[in-house]
Amino acid sequence: MKPRVAFFDFASCEGCQLQVINLEEKILDLIDVVEVVSFREAMKESSDDYDIAFVEGSIMRPMDEERLKRIRKNARILVALGACACIGGVNRLRNEWSVDEVKKEVYDEADIEGNRLFDVFPTKAVDEVVDVDFRIPGCPINREEFAKVVAHLAIGKEPRLPSYPVCVECKKNENICVFELGKFCLGPVTRAGCNAICPTHGDGCEGCRGYLDDPRMEAAKDVLRKYGVSFDEMMKRFNMFNYRKGAI
Amino acid sequence: MGRDIDIEVRHLTRVEGHGNIYLNARSGKVEKVLWEVDEAPRFFEAMVRGKSYHQLSHITSRICGICSISHSLASLKATEAAMGVEISKQTELLRRLALYGENLQSHTLHVGYLVAPDLLGAGSVIPLVKTAKEAVVKIVGLHRTANMLSEAICGRATHPITLEVGGFTEIPTERALLGMREELENAKGVCTDVAGVVLAHADRLPDFTRETEFIALTNDENYAFYDGDLGSTDGGRWPVEEYLSITNEYVVPHSTAKYTRHNRESYMVGALARFNLNHAMLSKEAMEVAGMFGLKPVCHNPFMNNVAQLVEIMDSLVDSIGIIDELLDRGLEEESGEIEVRAGRGVGAVHAPRGLLIHDYTIDGLGNCTKANCIIPTNQNHANIQKDMEEITLT
Repeated sequence: MKPRVAFFDFASCEGCQLQVINLEEKILDLIDVVEVVSFREAMKESSDDYDIAFVEGSIMRPMDEERLKRIRKNARILVALGACACIGGVNRLRNEWSVDEVKKEVYDEADIEGNRLFDVFPTKAVDEVVDVDFRIPGCPINREEFAKVVAHLAIGKEPRLPSYPVCVECKKNENICVFELGKFCLGPVTRAGCNAICPTHGDGCEGCRGYLDDPRMEAAKDVLRKYGVSFDEMMKRFNMFNYRKGAI
Repeated sequence: MGRDIDIEVRHLTRVEGHGNIYLNARSGKVEKVLWEVDEAPRFFEAMVRGKSYHQLSHITSRICGICSISHSLASLKATEAAMGVEISKQTELLRRLALYGENLQSHTLHVGYLVAPDLLGAGSVIPLVKTAKEAVVKIVGLHRTANMLSEAICGRATHPITLEVGGFTEIPTERALLGMREELENAKGVCTDVAGVVLAHADRLPDFTRETEFIALTNDENYAFYDGDLGSTDGGRWPVEEYLSITNEYVVPHSTAKYTRHNRESYMVGALARFNLNHAMLSKEAMEVAGMFGLKPVCHNPFMNNVAQLVEIMDSLVDSIGIIDELLDRGLEEESGEIEVRAGRGVGAVHAPRGLLIHDYTIDGLGNCTKANCIIPTNQNHANIQKDMEEITLT
């Protein structure tokens, strides 16, 4: 029996599900090993009978929490897909302000009081609402890593994420360290698995895959100070995907 | 004999984003038709406040996975306009290529993965692998070519890496562009084949017409994607800085996405709007695709947007090849320039695949954003979708 797989999305750009579609011809191999029963972005059919749920997006409202809890109940394995689901990602940036303040900024005087569609709480990652079995980090996810995780789950093996920093992959790609190019990089504290795609294309790592289990934050800050990065700038960069995690 | 009908479509499928449809009829009389957008609001305009000018495009690209390149570019154009940063001709050409990569990807996804199953009588593209394998292989191939173009220019197809204020962190090699040119050349034939598949089932596209206003960027040099003024099929041309008087956003209780209106109750943006306004700038090859379907401006059938997307796939392929030739002719140069922080307000507009996209930023003397406004294509279409649904349920 092929495991039955379902995809769900909450507050997100849906770019992680797009990476599944971007597997192009490889999707055909994928549907050889799993049966996709719900994938709203690409399929009309849907079913509540599934083994593995991939959940993209952050959780913003009571109505979203309810839906997520139903998904958790139905699924044997729940996988958080992408930065928004795993760590809150850029969605968490608004937590710097109160809910009322951001509503006012975006919707101004519109009458949305008591309307459930607008009834938001501060952004939560998926694991702040339900138990998460596995995570596929990144913004967006690395589609190769996604395929690998699915292959593992299909044969009942536990998928594992790299426990080393992005710098390891960056060195393997023989890149010039972007600090030497006068740029800022979170590679030293960020979990690898993206093949150091940003530094390889001349931009610093933004930490979208989340920090290592035991990041050396103080050492990282020392490096940044050495390259003359101001505290304010440092915090802005640390916060982009990992708002108030670790660095403060 | 009138019937009672209650339709509730929760979590509308094969779309990006979330929408629900409600329809109630009593004794054959429609009482309620509602297009509800219940997607959780994300508050990007609030969250970019206080962020540095160089972070803005990286944050706002995350508004949309399918159109992350156009969000990046609208963001960069707004930032550059606010700070008075000039870009080179090479940067402009490379950015136009990036937009075409995204347009090709999004349109192929829409026509090939989301719409084709309806035309071919399947629930999704997956069963089509068995019943219409040849067509699926072509669609997947075209989709891969599109993503290769985006990756060649942006480092990554979704959430571009190399696009930055003033230029690029990395430019493609001439060899990569030559390889891409060959891919695009081959894709023209594939595009004609895919258009043929759609044409064979085009009778399934509803013959429905409701007169509306179409709004798109327009310019005198090309089929506007990267630059232009705001234009309307009701007449009129305005600089993008005057967008607020065109878009007129408002909030409705059943949608977290804002609605817009201009001359009429609603207007439409996207491929059909661009075709209706800018058809004279299309390539010969693209006009041939339009001719296959008898698509002529001004077309008021929203379902013909799918055909306009096919026309644009061909045009994006042809124009991309032209841009690559121009780049190779000029020779690619590593460029670098210091960005000078300056306070100001700037508006940036581009065409996302699904239509007009505008970012508007105010930036302070430290290079931090203090105010942001983003006008999203899909939001501009919501009122039009509602009006179309009201009209179609009467027939």
